[in-house]
Amino acid sequence: MFLVAVAIIGVVAGLYSLRHHHGSPVATAATANQAAPDFTLPQLDGQDLRLSSYRGKVVLLDFWASWCEPCRVETPHLIELQQKYGDRGLQIIGVSMDDSPEPARAFDQQFHMNYPVVMGNAATGELYGGVLGLPIAFLVNRDGRIYAKHIGATDPAVFEKEINSLLRNP
Amino acid sequence: MRFAPKYAKSAAIFATLAILSIAAAAQATSIPETRLINPEDLVKLLQSSGKDKPLMIQVGSHVLFSQAHIPGSEYIGPASSEAGLQQLRKRVESLPHTKFIVLYCGCCPWSHCPNVKPADDTLRTLGFTNVKVLYIADNFGANWVDKGYPVAKGE
Repeated sequence: MFLVAVAIIGVVAGLYSLRHHHGSPVATAATANQAAPDFTLPQLDGQDLRLSSYRGKVVLLDFWASWCEPCRVETPHLIELQQKYGDRGLQIIGVSMDDSPEPARAFDQQFHMNYPVVMGNAATGELYGGVLGLPIAFLVNRDGRIYAKHIGATDPAVFEKEINSLLRNP
Repeated sequence: MRFAPKYAKSAAIFATLAILSIAAAAQATSIPETRLINPEDLVKLLQSSGKDKPLMIQVGSHVLFSQAHIPGSEYIGPASSEAGLQQLRKRVESLPHTKFIVLYCGCCPWSHCPNVKPADDTLRTLGFTNVKVLYIADNFGANWVDKGYPVAKGE
């Protein structure tokens, strides 16, 4: 009974925190249907990753940093989503906004991230309209166009719903 | 709000992690209001003439600082790390303890900012008596840049 009560309180408080402590996750249409700006950035292993090489897949571009607490909350869910929908054409790409690769590598190892992580920079942030707060995620459709932008930690159910919708369109 | 059953488990885990996260990073919320300054008040102060202008120190990420920061402010490094705190100590070591200093970050929502509280604590411990922390509710983009307040880019 105690555990049930704790769980209920947890869900209610968590939902409250989503609205009031995570900067009110916002799915904005401000960038909807615009082509996702292409970039080539080094991955944590040093190899370059080019965003446009993932054309044809549904891409979730997640700007994060190792010191960002909401990112720590979100990452396990992104890993789950990649595992669940990777075969159907989802590709999550993490863009670390850490100042250096070391903490991003440590984070990657700690969470056993199952999707590529590139090292972002100020230019990358500006390409996407300024990444001046984390996390920020862009969901990109198979044609390489931005479908949604989410500011702040996002309920994984929202991601899952949108991903499912995009995956249904071949 | 209702969740479909297949989403219920992940929502519950997410909510629990959110709580744990808040508990871990709720440091900024423990800074007393008397030590805070709002963005609009800081802008007025910076635009006023003849008043003592503060030394403004950004204690967050350099990548974010490069994209946008308060003109005249200095980048120190994330105060959530010991390296950042060392940089902060070094920057203020020659300053009088009455120096007006404003700390800010804006990396994350206020309740999740890991940087401002350690920076504030450090300056207090060093004996600085005129320190304010810029209250940024959501992030620097939403609460400063999007408000049209002065912004500089680059190093």
